[in-house]
Amino acid sequence: MVSPLVYFKDIFSKGILHNSRVQHKPVSPFWVMVRKETGDHVRSWRFIVMLTLIFLTFLGSMYVSLGNIGKAVTNMKDPDRLFIYLKLLTISDGTLPTFHIFISFLGPLLGIALGFDAINAEKNNGTLTRLIAQPVYRDNVLLAKFFGALIVVSVLFFCLALLMIGGGLIITGVPIEPVELLRILAFVVLSIIYVGFWLSLSICLSVSFRHAATSALTAIGIWLFFTVFYQIIVNLIVSSILPGSDYMQPGDIASYNDLLLSFMRLAPNQLYTDAATTLLMPSVRSLGPLTMEQMAGAIPSPLSFRESIMIVWPQVTGLLAATTVCFALTYYLFMRKEIRT
Amino acid sequence: METPIIELKGLTKNYGSLKAVDNLYLNINKGEIFGLLGPNGAGKTTTILMMLGLTEPAAGNAFVCGVNATKNPIAVKRKVGYMPDSVGFYDSMTAIENLMYIGRLNGIAENEIETRAKETLAIVGLSDEMNKKTSAYSRGMKQRLGLADVLIRNPEVIILDEPTLGIDPSGIKEFLSLIHQLSRQQGLTVLLSSHHLHQVQQVCDRVGIFVEGKLLVEGDIETLSRNLFGEESYVILVTVREDQQSLLEPAEELRMRDDIKNIDVKENTVELSCRQDITPDLVRYFVQKGFNLTGVHKKEYGLDEIYHRYFENKLKNNIANGKSAGLFQRYFFKRNTAQ
Repeated sequence: MVSPLVYFKDIFSKGILHNSRVQHKPVSPFWVMVRKETGDHVRSWRFIVMLTLIFLTFLGSMYVSLGNIGKAVTNMKDPDRLFIYLKLLTISDGTLPTFHIFISFLGPLLGIALGFDAINAEKNNGTLTRLIAQPVYRDNVLLAKFFGALIVVSVLFFCLALLMIGGGLIITGVPIEPVELLRILAFVVLSIIYVGFWLSLSICLSVSFRHAATSALTAIGIWLFFTVFYQIIVNLIVSSILPGSDYMQPGDIASYNDLLLSFMRLAPNQLYTDAATTLLMPSVRSLGPLTMEQMAGAIPSPLSFRESIMIVWPQVTGLLAATTVCFALTYYLFMRKEIRT
Repeated sequence: METPIIELKGLTKNYGSLKAVDNLYLNINKGEIFGLLGPNGAGKTTTILMMLGLTEPAAGNAFVCGVNATKNPIAVKRKVGYMPDSVGFYDSMTAIENLMYIGRLNGIAENEIETRAKETLAIVGLSDEMNKKTSAYSRGMKQRLGLADVLIRNPEVIILDEPTLGIDPSGIKEFLSLIHQLSRQQGLTVLLSSHHLHQVQQVCDRVGIFVEGKLLVEGDIETLSRNLFGEESYVILVTVREDQQSLLEPAEELRMRDDIKNIDVKENTVELSCRQDITPDLVRYFVQKGFNLTGVHKKEYGLDEIYHRYFENKLKNNIANGKSAGLFQRYFFKRNTAQ
């Protein structure tokens, strides 16, 4: 008599056999490189430092917003008061900036830290020649550098968002609305795109400069320029060109304001802050000034998710375009470069 | 008829106005060890980079295993293992991790990669150190690891750029005999570039001397020396204890002999270029004359001499050519302005 166990004999081992057959197929070189890059980033000190920094700011801003959540939710004038989880990300009592403001200036630093020595460090170590001598495409090397860092950043941001949602659930006990989840996920994707821009910029610099220190300093210089000096310079220029506000018609003031805003939006961090604000505050209906005619008849109520996305679409496109331009430039510089030590 | 596995046809590369490689034709056959010799900056590395499709030639084609390296570098890189002159490794990884990474990039299946890596490390003699971080490796060990890196992919052709740089003499000997052995056992074609002539002499079947982007001469060492020193094939150095003055007289006497072509007296040494090997006769002669012989040395032409000779000729030619080119130019310039 055959034991009934016979029927189960191969159930698991079949799976194992099947798995081992799958393992026979070699992974494409691109994913091998991505895997190695990701591993390198996770183990590197600079990532651990950045992670600690971002995690601390996250904890700080969460602590402040949790302390003020009661007040914010009962504020009847605020049309967004019922979006508790969005409130968690956006309110502050003025002691600490909110999380998305933190990301708007720590995000670039994260991107720069992960990308500034992508190519030139390998070149200086003599590993780039060795890598390029393997049967891999050159563009795959660049893409793997970009992807590896982006995967790390994505995981980091998604973890923080999910941590925030989980913590909020435990502390407040209020279930999350699907719209809130969508908005938070959209915010996370936006942040990843923003960091991606700085990442591709710093990779581009790492291709064009020979020393890692030079490319890091240049990238930090660009970052400082956009976060600190750019607004000052634009304000200075505009105020010196503009006639005094006493002599202007209201229409002129509006058009000058528009001009000022469009100049401001050349800065990637401005694009990011605009888009993040719109996504996290559903009642924001426009990123520019509105005339009284446009406002007439508007009820102060939150916009739908789709409408908010429509508002931030130009910003997202702008960030994506800037990322693509940097990446294309990197390709151009790297593809025909002769690599020798 | 041997089939060329590396075929360079009119390869040219310019860096600005400098011609790094100038209209190079070279065939390397399957299974041979070819030494590319030349001083620094002769264009050896550039030639190698062009063979691998790592840089684009200004003109000409490089065919490796029948594949055009400029147009299809990936196919070439699958068959060719290249070890750059200053090979670097990821310092945060151990030797075996470095090796396995390269293996994965070459599409070695995941389940056999570790055994392959261990086997290769055993071949180059690094089995005991395979779990050390490569940052702790010495130069010679890195070089061996570099060779393992090349071998793990089972290449048909190995290209080594200055493989002996920075290794101590005994290490060099070991390294080169390893290469030689591998080439003979597995039928690998090896191309190695170097400016260390002695070492290349030990292992290479054929050498090519490369100066200023041009291949001056190629062939095996014997042929080279015969071509170059064909007439004065025996040079004998006789050193005595006496001074130069006392050597002048016997030198004059010896000059009468038919089989001696040239005699050169430097301090207490006589250099005799002969048509035949007359070393015993010479020793007898000097002893009979009452000289105190301290050394007799028969010069055999090695790569060093070949190399120097070619390099000297090249320099002389260059000076001559440079002048004529200048004249030519001036001539044309005058004509153009006259018109």
